[in-house]
Amino acid sequence: MKVPYSWLKQYVDIDCTPQELEEKLFGCGFEVEELIDLGGEISRVVVGVVTKCEPLEGTHLFVCQVDCGEEYGHGLQILTGAPNVYQGMHTPAALDGSTLPGGVKIKAKPMRGLPSNGMLCSGEELGLNEDLYPGSEVYGLLDLPKDTVPGTPIQEVVGLNDYIFDISLTANRADCNSVLGIAREVAAVLDKPLKMPALDYTCSDYKHPDLDIRVEAYDLCPRYLGHYVRNVTTGPSPAWMRRNLALCGLRSISNLVDITNYVMLEIGQPMHAFDMDTLESCQIIVRRAKEGEAITTLDGKEFTLSPANLVICDGNKPVALAGVMGGLNSEIKDTTTQLLFESAKFARDSIRKTARSLGQNTDASSHYEKGICEYTTELGMARALHLIQELGVGEITASAFDCSGGAPRTGKAFTATFSGINRILGIDVPREAVLDILRRLSFEVKAEGDTMEVVAPRWREDIEIGEPDLAEEVIREYGYDHIVPTFLPSAQVTTGGLNPDQQRRAKLKRTMCGQGYFEASTMAFYADSDLDALHIPGDSPLRKVIRIINPISSNLTIMRSLLTPSMLNVVVNNLKKGNNAGRVFELSNIYIPKELPVTQLPEERLHLGLAAFGQEEDFFRMKGDLEALGEAFGLTFDYERASDVPFLHPGISAYLICNGEKVGWFGKLANDVTEELDLPKDSRAHQNIYLGELDFQTLMAHAAPCLKYCPVSEFSCVRRDLALVADEAVTCGQMVETMKKACPSLGQVELFDIYRGANLGEGKKSMAFSLRFMPCDHELAPEEVDRFIKKILGDLNHRLNVEIR
Amino acid sequence: MEEKINALRAALEQDRAGVTNSSQLSAFWQKYLGKTGEVSGLTKALREVPKEDRPAAGKTINLFKTWVEEQYQALAAQIAKKELEEKNRAEAVDITLPGKKRSQGGLHPITITKNEIVNVFSGMGFEVYEGPEIEDDAHNFTRLNVPKNHPARDMQDTFYVAEDIVLRTQTSPGQIRVMDAQKPPIKVLVPGRVFRSDSDATHSPMFHQMEGLVVDKGITLCDLQGMLDKFCQELFGADVRTRLRPSYFPFTEPSVEIDVSCFECGGKGCSLCKGTGWIEILGGGVVHHKVLENCGIDPSVYSGFAFGIGIERIAMLKYGINNMGLLFENDLRFLEQFKG
Repeated sequence: MKVPYSWLKQYVDIDCTPQELEEKLFGCGFEVEELIDLGGEISRVVVGVVTKCEPLEGTHLFVCQVDCGEEYGHGLQILTGAPNVYQGMHTPAALDGSTLPGGVKIKAKPMRGLPSNGMLCSGEELGLNEDLYPGSEVYGLLDLPKDTVPGTPIQEVVGLNDYIFDISLTANRADCNSVLGIAREVAAVLDKPLKMPALDYTCSDYKHPDLDIRVEAYDLCPRYLGHYVRNVTTGPSPAWMRRNLALCGLRSISNLVDITNYVMLEIGQPMHAFDMDTLESCQIIVRRAKEGEAITTLDGKEFTLSPANLVICDGNKPVALAGVMGGLNSEIKDTTTQLLFESAKFARDSIRKTARSLGQNTDASSHYEKGICEYTTELGMARALHLIQELGVGEITASAFDCSGGAPRTGKAFTATFSGINRILGIDVPREAVLDILRRLSFEVKAEGDTMEVVAPRWREDIEIGEPDLAEEVIREYGYDHIVPTFLPSAQVTTGGLNPDQQRRAKLKRTMCGQGYFEASTMAFYADSDLDALHIPGDSPLRKVIRIINPISSNLTIMRSLLTPSMLNVVVNNLKKGNNAGRVFELSNIYIPKELPVTQLPEERLHLGLAAFGQEEDFFRMKGDLEALGEAFGLTFDYERASDVPFLHPGISAYLICNGEKVGWFGKLANDVTEELDLPKDSRAHQNIYLGELDFQTLMAHAAPCLKYCPVSEFSCVRRDLALVADEAVTCGQMVETMKKACPSLGQVELFDIYRGANLGEGKKSMAFSLRFMPCDHELAPEEVDRFIKKILGDLNHRLNVEIR
Repeated sequence: MEEKINALRAALEQDRAGVTNSSQLSAFWQKYLGKTGEVSGLTKALREVPKEDRPAAGKTINLFKTWVEEQYQALAAQIAKKELEEKNRAEAVDITLPGKKRSQGGLHPITITKNEIVNVFSGMGFEVYEGPEIEDDAHNFTRLNVPKNHPARDMQDTFYVAEDIVLRTQTSPGQIRVMDAQKPPIKVLVPGRVFRSDSDATHSPMFHQMEGLVVDKGITLCDLQGMLDKFCQELFGADVRTRLRPSYFPFTEPSVEIDVSCFECGGKGCSLCKGTGWIEILGGGVVHHKVLENCGIDPSVYSGFAFGIGIERIAMLKYGINNMGLLFENDLRFLEQFKG
């Protein structure tokens, strides 16, 4: 919110610099986002008096001698092309080395061979407009009053020696959404009296015979004030009003409209004025719009309304969209002779919903959304009427209306204790300091002993529960630097740290890092198209997804039911960036609705997603990674072909089975899916991408709860190698299983080579295994091992037609 | 005999010079010390020596044999040394060739930062609780003193999946879930993903927060600053200080914003702290009475404080990351910088 320093000073005698005030406001909870020095960009521009002015023949230029005072020189020659220059003119002179708004730099340099020591300026060149300084938009030089003194910095003359405080308000302090609101805080923090703006006015005896106002929806409009003003004369506003509006970024329109805007900025109350000449009847009704009812607002936009929208009607039709914008049909015009002022409190939420749903956000709606209290509503009306009287632009009649939903017109009252406040803060704020602070903040306090009866000011609707509120008020004025850091001197000892599940997650992540995987962090949502890309059929349970009602973009619309699309996106994005190999994992939730549409919280299941890509990768590397992961948790896996996973290669993919239960799958991305990746056509075909996804909870259900020592045999292991020739169709798993069944003493079997060659014959492969026999109760004799080998070979040959090579 | 030995000595000294490798050494041994070698030849020849001279001759032969053995040993040592040197020379590698490593992966910087924060608070007796990411309106808003129509709802653009079910906009619902399940003393951290409908250079629709909650008897605002002082010192260096300033959160009263003195410039003002000497780091405050009451905890007996940390913000400050988007792009060139 923008608050001009000069305007603020009308209500408080500020005896510190704007910079000091900024610090003080910051300390009591009002962050000044920007302190704008209005004339800060201007330097070395001073009042100059044109003492001599001669046209330069053959050009449109004038050669001027300019008196810029003692400091800058009495007879500076400056050339100007402005047609309105004249001898005796007081005008801004930008001297050599000066700067103008927008970073424009002015240097002395010859024009047409004649030295020119700077530039004479127009109002616009100084960043002025007609509202900030009358005469600024005249074509040519700014003609300053004759009482201005040569050499005076121009900021002081045209009112640019001013500051704007751009203040960010916290959501609870809607009462400060005005110049007066900030002035109250400034007065409190500086401990100065607040000079209230004049609110007095005198009504004539005239009473409109027919005018009546009725509120039909007090839930949306708890308070509605109306006052009839007649014999109005429209015209321009006085310079002080135009200037203040301009400083806050509003353009002057006409005195009547300006009054409504001025009151909004000053008091914080959005006002509206209806042209009474245009109302069809004098029956003003505040009601919900009828379904399909239409209104055209001041800006010419047409809206079709519903009962969710509150409207002001003239008996027949809506004449204003309450709290948002007036209707075009009742707009104040130059011809307006009588008007009805509206000052109302509308329900915050209703205005917000209307403004959002119609896409019509206005200054008024923004004020209502933050919250208006009825005190402000009363103040706003009084101030508007006072301004009518002060400007002498209308007759304030006796037709005044006050429709109230019956809310009390007193501040919140409660009991609090000094000790309670100090217990929250943890320091002892002296009683006198507490009382002084509350007085400055306009709280009424009756203190007796430790207890005080407190009435909050009416505008402080944020005060809710007493002591904690007061503690905050006290400490923000007393100063947070009084807080003495302590370290729970009275608290009980607690044991902290990660629980076993959290520790397992951390261990899983460390294990994956050890296998060369980088942890990714992807969005928890994606789009249907991400599931389409993986050829997941429409009837798959993975399509039972939770939809976001108000997604931020079309590619983030559903909560993910699988991590794999996210992991694949990471791979594709890396390939696009030229990272042609890598490994990533993520341990994140997927979301499973209990029913659709969602009526209760869904199940969130932690999944481990894996992706590895690049020419080095193959099925067995990822399999090895998963086995390493298994080892970390005391798990061993069995494998089953995963030919029904639609996005995996049917021959290079597997389910991971743990004690008979599927815990996940992994494998190569299917050829047809790879072909469709969002990558340059020529690079798609040779992409080598492996993906995996495991259900963390299911996996961990099989994990060894804790490690147990298993006695190591005191007898030596015996190692033998076997090279075997088998049919292509025989799998390694079958052979290992057969070998283990054949000999209980066979501890480990490891494949270390596969060979295929013409010498083996068509459809044959040679597989070399390393066998480790582990005796449990005696040293193995070589003959005994020979017997084992014989039995193993016999079984292999018998069951799988495998021969020794 | 004497002559014979002298001749052999001369021959050996000559042969010795020609022995440069192990096979020559072996031949040398064969020639002089082998079964049929010269030394054993001398012993055989002893038979021909007259009986009375034999002891003296035998002694001479033995002395000679010892000398030959010494010669052999010296020669063997010399050759072993030479051959080891040659072998070492032949096996030497170019130590500047690239190393072979099993490539190490790494945790995401958000996880690293989260772990660091958790470590600091674990040491102070905090447990870690993780609540659901999809929350009901009651936990995310109402019971945190943000009733329907409350202006604070506008502070956070909320994603809805049903009328009363949202993607949690903050980790604060964890406060409610913890206080429902557990009575004081409570010291808990709630890290997790949160979601807001907001996306630009400093906002992501999904980001990470860490909520902290302490509820016990006699907890004050001073304790909040004391604890966060310690936290900031652990994270940013022993000489940083914190500063509280007023703020507003619906579930704390009083509410504060906590700034840490700039760890880059020490508070003098630099580009990191935008010249202010302070960096906004987190928000917090004294737990609102209504929030305690909503969880069945009597605010006249117990009090507490809560704080919320933006993990991305801390990670960005710590690592000098200037664009939040980088944390979610998962570009390996970025991730690889956070190994180990």
